[in-house]
Amino acid sequence: MSKAILYDATLCINCKQCEAACAEKNQLRYDDAVAAEDRQSEHKFTVVLAKGDKYMRRLCMNCADPACASVCPVAALRKTPEGPVIYEASRCMGCRYCMVACPFGVPKYEWNKLVPRVQKCTMCSDRVEAGKQTSCADACPTGATKFGERDELITEAQQRLHDNPGKYVNHIYGLNEVGGTSVLLLSSVPFEEFGYRTDLTRDPLPLFTYRVLSRIPDFIPLGGVVLGGVWWITHRREEVAAEEEPPKKTVFYPSSDPSQGDRRAK
Amino acid sequence: MKIKLSFWKLVFFFLMAAGVYATYVRFAKGLGPSTNLSDQFPWGIWIGFDVLCGVMLAAGGFTLTAAVHILNIKRLKPIVRPTILTAFLGYVLVSVALLFDLGKPYNIWHPLIMRNPHSVMFEVAYCVMLYTAVLSLEFAPIVLERFNLQKPLKIIRAVLIPLVIGGVILSTLHQSSLGTLYLIMPEKLHPFWYTPLLPVFFFLSAIAVGLAMTIFESSMSAKHFGRQLELPIIQELGRVLLVVLSVYGILRFEDLLHRGVLKLLFQPSYETYLFWLELTLALILPLALLTQKKVRMTAGGLYVTAVLVVLGFITNRLNVSITGLEGSAGVRYIPKWTELAITAAIIAAGFALFGLATKYLPIFPSETEHVAHEPEVVVGSEVLSHAGD
Ligand code: SF4
Ligand code: SF4
Ligand code: SF4
Repeated sequence: MSKAILYDATLCINCKQCEAACAEKNQLRYDDAVAAEDRQSEHKFTVVLAKGDKYMRRLCMNCADPACASVCPVAALRKTPEGPVIYEASRCMGCRYCMVACPFGVPKYEWNKLVPRVQKCTMCSDRVEAGKQTSCADACPTGATKFGERDELITEAQQRLHDNPGKYVNHIYGLNEVGGTSVLLLSSVPFEEFGYRTDLTRDPLPLFTYRVLSRIPDFIPLGGVVLGGVWWITHRREEVAAEEEPPKKTVFYPSSDPSQGDRRAK
Repeated sequence: MKIKLSFWKLVFFFLMAAGVYATYVRFAKGLGPSTNLSDQFPWGIWIGFDVLCGVMLAAGGFTLTAAVHILNIKRLKPIVRPTILTAFLGYVLVSVALLFDLGKPYNIWHPLIMRNPHSVMFEVAYCVMLYTAVLSLEFAPIVLERFNLQKPLKIIRAVLIPLVIGGVILSTLHQSSLGTLYLIMPEKLHPFWYTPLLPVFFFLSAIAVGLAMTIFESSMSAKHFGRQLELPIIQELGRVLLVVLSVYGILRFEDLLHRGVLKLLFQPSYETYLFWLELTLALILPLALLTQKKVRMTAGGLYVTAVLVVLGFITNRLNVSITGLEGSAGVRYIPKWTELAITAAIIAAGFALFGLATKYLPIFPSETEHVAHEPEVVVGSEVLSHAGD
């Protein structure tokens, strides 16, 4: 059911049609100056990087279990069943935890606006929902960027690796990284060359916090009973004393006198 | 004395003026022009210092209320009020700082209706909100007493114990959760600081800092208001501090050992230096000092130790939130003047409010308890004339 993008760097010709199509789709400025920029930003959701005649795309990986969505306190970021990780600006309060948490450094911020938004590729969620492919896949003249069912794209990527021994780095990037992503990458040069970390965990990142958070509901009644119990034990002696003596007025704070002193002085 | 007071007044007004101007820049121009934050480094000192350290410095509130009301250690009762006051002011100021940091501060209430229980930040937001409510109820008797309102006083006293228990649970949760915040970035945070034990470390160090802050405040108020806690109480706090720090130290060492990070500690690097700075201030020096009977028994020695502990764990929080993330971000973050000005103004406001509260409200176990009540009128009016110092 879940959709994905397969980018095969060996088919890419650095025409940057995907960049242009993405800008148009997301109503962002695109000219020669923007085309020359080589990093993702609040006004450029995808870039084609070049090193000699080797190319590599960068865009939001649309993780299967995204760190960004898991940390967002107001659920402004959300993973849809179709694959895209979407953003609802009206919910966002601008804490930027998503930016800190994303293992790929994808979400960008409109630092210079008074009503800033988080900006990132949302895998053309409206198009995908309507059964169309993403704008970047649509625009790609060589099929380097291909849109489809995630399962089928994985099979195809495995086939390409199998059929062309030595051509590719033997790794489908995004198959297992941080629990899998909806963007899959193939390359003939090591992924690190383009800033993709290959030492990422295979566990979905939200697990790391969930392991702790999930204990909280158990902790609350336990903590309450332990603290209440300790209080009961430590105050037992006073209770006994109180029963034996006529009750004294108990004052929790010893310094209630000054206020009365005040009054009397007036 | 007169000259000294007006010097601090001057400093205060200077900091406030700079803060007001910085506030204007922040809200008129936006986060970009008013901070050195960037896409590579989205969290700076407003989170690392104002929020993380602010909450940590306010930990005395729950530590002391638990000791007095739950463990029934009556000797510590006279210092419950100053710590509750610090905690209450601390949390209010943390919320103010958050308004500066949030990109859309007017949406700060969104977690109330837009829930994501999987988010640590969501959990922290709820705990901090509820705990601030608890603190204001714990603080209320002080104000109510001042105006001698017996009815509401009775109600609060009746629910005090459940309130204290709730406060301790909420504090345990969010003090540790501030560490949990960083568990989501195992690949980004430097191995000196990334450990599954982060929540435990944040919680234990909050207790240590809570104790240190209480010692520190006691000495401060001795200097400025002529009121001081009795030496035996501070000595007792020093003793507990030694135990907490030892437990923390051993856990920290074992953690580094088991994660195989110890060898990194002797490879010179930016992170190594700051790690050693943290360790020296927070653990090595305080432990060396506290194990000396001479130091542990004197007010001066305890004061110095407390200051070291506070500075050490401030370094720790800044290391987790800034130093430890600079490597993976590939940038160095140095706060802009506006960030510093707002932080300084918030701290100055905290000191001023603390001073005002101790003057007008029955916070410290005042000497008047042991003295005849009549002369207090004179003291009172003199205090009024120094308002805002
Ligand atoms: S790459 Fe980053 S922003 Fe994109 S879905 Fe994954 S965690 Fe979120
Ligand atoms: S900045 Fe917005 S989208 Fe990102 S975590 Fe915070 S509230 Fe969520
Ligand atoms: S999927 Fe859509 S938003 Fe993402 S890079 Fe492609 S065109 Fe841009």
